[in-house]
Amino acid sequence: MATKPIRRNTVIPGFGPTLGYTVFYLSLIVLLPLSALVVKTASLTWPEFLSTVAAPRVVASYKVTFGAALAAAGVNAIFGLLVAWVLVRYRLPGKRLIDALVDLPFALPTAVAGITLSSVYAANGWLGSVLEPRGIKVAFTPVGIFVAMTFIGLPFVVRTVQPVLEELEEEIEEAAACLGATRWQTFRRVLLPELLPALLTGFALAFARGVGEYGSIIFIAGNMPMVSEITPLLIITKLEQYDYAGATAIATVMLLFSFLMLLTVNLLQKWSRRHTA
Amino acid sequence: MSIEIVSVNKQFGSFTALSDVNLTVPSGELTALLGPSGSGKTTLLRIIAGLETPDAGSIRFDGEETTDRHVRERQVGFVFQHYALFRHMTVEQNVAFGLTVKPRKDRPSKKEIKERVHELLRLVQLEGLADRYPSQLSGGQRQRVALARALAVEPKVLLLDEPFGALDAKVRVELRRWLRRLHDEIHVTSVFVTHDQEEALEVADRIVVMNKGRIEQVGTPAEVYDQPANPFVFDFLGSVNLFHCRSEQGQARAAVPELSVGYVRSHDIEVERRQNDGAVEAEVRHIQAVGPAVRVELLVRGTGKTVEAELSRDGADRLALGVGETVYARPRKMQRFVGDYQI
Repeated sequence: MATKPIRRNTVIPGFGPTLGYTVFYLSLIVLLPLSALVVKTASLTWPEFLSTVAAPRVVASYKVTFGAALAAAGVNAIFGLLVAWVLVRYRLPGKRLIDALVDLPFALPTAVAGITLSSVYAANGWLGSVLEPRGIKVAFTPVGIFVAMTFIGLPFVVRTVQPVLEELEEEIEEAAACLGATRWQTFRRVLLPELLPALLTGFALAFARGVGEYGSIIFIAGNMPMVSEITPLLIITKLEQYDYAGATAIATVMLLFSFLMLLTVNLLQKWSRRHTA
Repeated sequence: MSIEIVSVNKQFGSFTALSDVNLTVPSGELTALLGPSGSGKTTLLRIIAGLETPDAGSIRFDGEETTDRHVRERQVGFVFQHYALFRHMTVEQNVAFGLTVKPRKDRPSKKEIKERVHELLRLVQLEGLADRYPSQLSGGQRQRVALARALAVEPKVLLLDEPFGALDAKVRVELRRWLRRLHDEIHVTSVFVTHDQEEALEVADRIVVMNKGRIEQVGTPAEVYDQPANPFVFDFLGSVNLFHCRSEQGQARAAVPELSVGYVRSHDIEVERRQNDGAVEAEVRHIQAVGPAVRVELLVRGTGKTVEAELSRDGADRLALGVGETVYARPRKMQRFVGDYQI
């Protein structure tokens, strides 16, 4: 018996061409460079690869990069939520200006951000001159890296949480209040679970941006080996020494880490959305 | 618990939502706040709940001043038009919410909460659905979950804001009858807001008719329907069934002063083939069968005014009316109000 292929009637035409285009485009833009990365790395032998990616200086840079990115994304998740909350819930003068300011870290060239931050936090800068006498060194330490990552990650959290917050009905808060819940209980048990998927997305994006950031960090980081050196900088260093295989080896490890992080966040997101049918 | 509303005023910008409203809701009754949109009925309900604060006046529960008490401490159950269920919680968790947020010393044990929740789910006939999420329920089921959730904290007052407004017609009728039976069982003082006169007439013990931030009339369904205090109430409780009849027409000719207007519900108009005392001559313009009734549009000869009569299927069949024919319309029952009222 001949089986006829099922043709779905759909209003939107061009399923074939659009799918073809999508696959082609993603291959060209995403998969091709990534596979080139892996192929280049494969020119190393296994022991060579291991000795490159597990060198103490490189391992220290992983810790600094991922640690600072994680901390920065965490801080952004909390304060980004706060900013989004204020922007959605309150009417205040200059709200549009604040709204536009949130996007600034997006729009600013990273080098400009880097120079600005390091001049502000340097020992003779506005903030540095206040903080340093009190024993808090920001510029040219891992703290500086964290500060820069926080700066560039903020828009991600605000922009993902904001629309979800706007859509939340105020009635559910009123319902919670009628049932005797305090403000904190309402936030903790009613609002936060609703916001969690968006918050996780924002967190993941901010984290990914932090890990990949280079321009705004190298100025403020100080780039001391074993202390405040980020992994992207090591890749650049290797490249400058014409060690292409070594550079791609470290890059591959970063890619793997980032992928695992994003996967974890995605699974968390799925879990937090389990209630939506 | 009785609710007293004393000279309450509420203004939203330049819009007066409530002006000098006084009302007493007796304990244990089911009261309907009925009015068109913008009449202030929802605002009044929200003020009773404490979700809105009045600009002036006070709210008393059982004679006790409640105006400044936070909604959290008022012990009111509130049911929203769009359910306002917590989407990320199961039906059971939704109903249990009010109990689980109690301070630790007043909070029942987990076992007691579970028992109470299941008892309530039995009451609202949703026992098998405890583990579902709201998105997996129909509108009628969601509203019953919302009701169970509101009842879980044993509120002194139950407030419902257009509780059936988002449901389709058949479910709406079923649910409101069920609400009436439920109220007969639990007897909690309840106030519900509606713009549907049929719903108010069918469900409520007492109806408060509101218009433009004021109360027009308070009474039992029979009182407001049969003895409306003014043309607005008359019109609103039978909106489409209005018959405008000037004093110079029909039987009202000599008995009433010049400017009074007679109001007749369309089902109180007798349509006859022969001229009887007090009838006016009219031409049949349009005949429309609506379910069990037949609506007949009549053009009163000499006035150019149209009148709508509602006949039973039987009656209409007996008359065998045709468009363009001449008939005689006679009001069986008429209410007169002095002065002209614009509808």
